[in-house]
Amino acid sequence: MSREALVHVEHLTRYYSQTCAVDDVSFDLAKGEVLGFLGPNGAGKSSTMQMITGNLAPGAGAISIAGTDLLEQPKLAKREIGYLPEQPPVYRELTVDEYLRYCARLNRIPRSHVKGAVSSAKERTGLADVGRRLIGNLSKGYQQRVGIAQAIIHNPAVVILDEPTVGLDPLQIREIRALICELGKEHGIILSTHILPEVQATCTRVQIINRGKLVFSDTTAGLESRMNATALIAGFHATPDLATLQQLPGVERAEPLADNRFRIHYRDSNPTEALVEQSVAQRWRLYELTPERRTLEQIFIELTCSEEQHTHTADTSQ
Amino acid sequence: MIFTIAGRELRSLFLSPLAWSILAVTLFILAYLFLTQIETYIGLQPRLAAIEGAPGVADIIVAPLFADAAVVLLLITPLITMRALSEEHRNRTISLLFSAPVSMTEIVIGKYLGILSFFVILLGLLALMPLSLLVGTELDMGKFAAGMLGLTLVVAAFSAIGLYMSSLTEQPTVAAVTTFGLLLLLWIVDWAGNSEATGSSALAQLSMLRHYEPLLKGLFSSADVAYYLLVILLFTGFTIRRMDASRLQH
Repeated sequence: MSREALVHVEHLTRYYSQTCAVDDVSFDLAKGEVLGFLGPNGAGKSSTMQMITGNLAPGAGAISIAGTDLLEQPKLAKREIGYLPEQPPVYRELTVDEYLRYCARLNRIPRSHVKGAVSSAKERTGLADVGRRLIGNLSKGYQQRVGIAQAIIHNPAVVILDEPTVGLDPLQIREIRALICELGKEHGIILSTHILPEVQATCTRVQIINRGKLVFSDTTAGLESRMNATALIAGFHATPDLATLQQLPGVERAEPLADNRFRIHYRDSNPTEALVEQSVAQRWRLYELTPERRTLEQIFIELTCSEEQHTHTADTSQ
Repeated sequence: MIFTIAGRELRSLFLSPLAWSILAVTLFILAYLFLTQIETYIGLQPRLAAIEGAPGVADIIVAPLFADAAVVLLLITPLITMRALSEEHRNRTISLLFSAPVSMTEIVIGKYLGILSFFVILLGLLALMPLSLLVGTELDMGKFAAGMLGLTLVVAAFSAIGLYMSSLTEQPTVAAVTTFGLLLLLWIVDWAGNSEATGSSALAQLSMLRHYEPLLKGLFSSADVAYYLLVILLFTGFTIRRMDASRLQH
């Protein structure tokens, strides 16, 4: 077990009666990392997070938070966890200030430090103006922020956010993402989402979970390289010769689309330069040239759907 | 940590109109009972004056008042305890407690003490009624204290049962109904064996009423007190077990 890891999860398994929700999941989270948990509905994201935060007892496996075993010393380990569940755990009848003071005390912040902790948490989540309002009267976005404030109030080493940007307006989403990036500098963060661009915007590492299994785990940079262009879309006013296109260096195959547009698949070297030169020389009158990137969505669908087929065939073979 | 949870529980109770209306209605009814009891006493007074060692204010006013108070509390306890844990589960606020560095025992005891402090307030206000008699007459303080102790124990046992029922379900109304049913059953369980001697003593031992009556008469028996303490311990223990188990299965 590495000592630097803030969260260390080993062979985590959880069954709901016969259904396997989480199947042998292992991963680590280091300080300064923002780990994005991706997966379709019911993939086991929330269950995994509930287990890491002590809300759900694991069927098998080990979890340690900042070097402390969660199951053996839950009180000690939970000091280092801040958790925002899918539904913010707020008491509607309390004001924001009262609620955050309660959370601060609950997380064993000494009485003398409570005031400072509350005001700094409000500051960071943009709640400074609504401190005296009832939580029940706040909009969903503000309630979400109160939930986040609650998760960071005791300055935990690990912050776990389950779909933190659900129900927020685009401006708030941007603010929350900025907050997550900022938090990620000092804390380790795990966040789950099914908004794919969110992962690219905020996370340093991505894990895709499907049917309880981890099917993909890589840094965002690694993901970017997976997404790199492998094709160009080129549009011409004149009709170019398909054979000439295919003979350009590096081009594997050119695929004609409607309106004199072509998808040009290539490997190794990028044929853009040669293509432009040819176009000028042959008067193809190039009007569009876009590198085609694989989106995260495509990778996601590939991974989750292929897995589905895989398990499907496994099921039928049994 | 226990007191933080208890404090919030009490605060939330008083932030809802439920607690206030229960306080108001209960005290109104008990005050009415108190006044009728005073009237009875005034009617009996000329005859009582003639008897040597006649029953005093504590027997004729306080004991019946406390006996009725226990029945009224049997009706209202389910309403106070029903939301304690079921609503936390329902609103998913329970995960705030689960992911905080507090043990399940602290959570349950905190909740329990929060509910209990509400009843302490209620009983404190109730105690003022007999105490107001001190202005005009003498009150047997020993009997009064025994009655107060009995009533406090009864309410503490009611609350422990209510809290456990609240941990079993996400529906506050279901918690209230089952609590009421169980409390009523424990209150009247000795009625069944009244005529026969066999088996009735065991049922009488289970009955809450049977352990309450001696205290009202001013008879302090450690067996009665132990009965209530056992009920409280048993049901808080059940609640802790139940809450632990709620993380195991969904």
